[in-house]
Amino acid sequence: VNTSGLSSKLAINKYNLDEDHPHIIVNEEICRAVCEDLACLNVCPAGVYSEQNGKIIIDWAGCLECATCQVACPSEALHWVYPRGGFGVIYRYG
Amino acid sequence: MDEKFDAIIVGAGMAGNAAAYQLAKAGLQVVLIERGPNPGSKNLSGGVLYGRSLERLMPDFWQTAPVERAVTNHIISFISGEAYFNVDFKTGIFGRAPYNGFTVLRARFDRWMASRAEDAGAMLVTGIKVEKLLREGNRVAGVVAGEDELRADVVIAADGAAAFIPQEAGLRERIPAGHIAMGIKEVIGLPREVIEDRFHLAGNEGTAYSIVGFATQGVAGGGFLYTNLDTLSIGLVINLEELLASRLRPEAILDDFMSHPMVTPLIKGGKPLEFGAHLVPEGGTQMMPRLVSGGMLVVGDAAGLTVNNGFSVRGMDLAIESGIAAAEAVVEAKSKQDFSAAGLSIYEKKMEKSNVMADMHTYARAARFLKKERLYHAYPEFLSSLMTNIYRQDASPKMHLLPELMKSLKTSKLSLFDLVRDGWEGVHSL
Repeated sequence: VNTSGLSSKLAINKYNLDEDHPHIIVNEEICRAVCEDLACLNVCPAGVYSEQNGKIIIDWAGCLECATCQVACPSEALHWVYPRGGFGVIYRYG
Repeated sequence: MDEKFDAIIVGAGMAGNAAAYQLAKAGLQVVLIERGPNPGSKNLSGGVLYGRSLERLMPDFWQTAPVERAVTNHIISFISGEAYFNVDFKTGIFGRAPYNGFTVLRARFDRWMASRAEDAGAMLVTGIKVEKLLREGNRVAGVVAGEDELRADVVIAADGAAAFIPQEAGLRERIPAGHIAMGIKEVIGLPREVIEDRFHLAGNEGTAYSIVGFATQGVAGGGFLYTNLDTLSIGLVINLEELLASRLRPEAILDDFMSHPMVTPLIKGGKPLEFGAHLVPEGGTQMMPRLVSGGMLVVGDAAGLTVNNGFSVRGMDLAIESGIAAAEAVVEAKSKQDFSAAGLSIYEKKMEKSNVMADMHTYARAARFLKKERLYHAYPEFLSSLMTNIYRQDASPKMHLLPELMKSLKTSKLSLFDLVRDGWEGVHSL
């Protein structure tokens, strides 16, 4: 996946990053046991999800908070909540 | 904070702000809770704000509201690989008060609208997320927000398309992918004069493009391009079920769309300012949750209130209308001190009688019509081939329009039957 264009898109956004408080947690056991299509890898517009050595890696800092992954995840393996109040993406235009 | 409010509103978007303003004006104690640092900082506009519902709430709002441009030019564009066919409509009527609709940027607009609600007496709390609902027996009795427990007679769920609050309340199921779309957009900066020259605009006039066909590489959905004062909003709304089936990356589809020959000259020289994504409800009446339960009402995107008929994508005006109806229902429920599901069902009745539900019913079949694969492949190619043949002068003799049309139809993947049936269905569903 070529995400270099994506990183430059995300770089222009404003975020208030909540260090040490990930708002997305993946249940690897459900992923491995039941998920065949790994929809999260392709569908996330911010490229938050990647796969390394069979594990789902979550780079939640760039999350646009659309919640698409949460709807798309066929196995409901994602625990996805909004970031804590005041944190996350801050749209200056919208 | 252990005082009890008349109403707690979760989310300071169009619906939440409208409800807060109306309730505060009626003298009720209302708290409006927004998880973003400011109202609007989590919100994206993917449409035009049609003005009638907001005008009902705030007459002449355009005189003080941070609207971008009054939309006078509506363009529908059918695009194929390297051709496009535009239907370009402009009327001066839409450029004069009371104006038909405006382009808006939500970070500015929602902040203004929330401040109007504050001026009317609503309490605005920002940077605080509602964690969960409080219950008493089988009714909703308040929320846990940050560290605090807040209680109220009614909680209004205005938390947007992902609708976590209505799901927690048991008013809606998990949203199926077929009932929702991904909106993905960029905001691009350009000097005001460039925008006005490029899009044939005078003063505060604005253009709204609705783009069908190869915009989404054959995936059900469409593109949009709106002129703001000194920025453009450009993006796609893609049905999630179809996006998943395609295995395409959404930002890659957006990049291809932005490099289409119809689009590139329009955004040329622009400076990317922001990239965002948001869910867009598009399941119509099929996806609507129950709107009322004991102590709770659901409004706006959280209630699935959007209309897309291909010409116009509406959600913000429906959200405002539902916020007003919810507020009126709460005022009536308060006069009877009955906040049970039965007491609050006035909201459902008001909605059923409103233009919102009338339009939801009118366009109930539009979403299914707009999922036809032919709209995204065969029709744009057919139009492109037909127009090419009409204008092309070569060694072969010219034909009248009807045989020309039949020839293009023959080389396309469409049958005359498709054309007639889709035409018939189209004029009845859109």
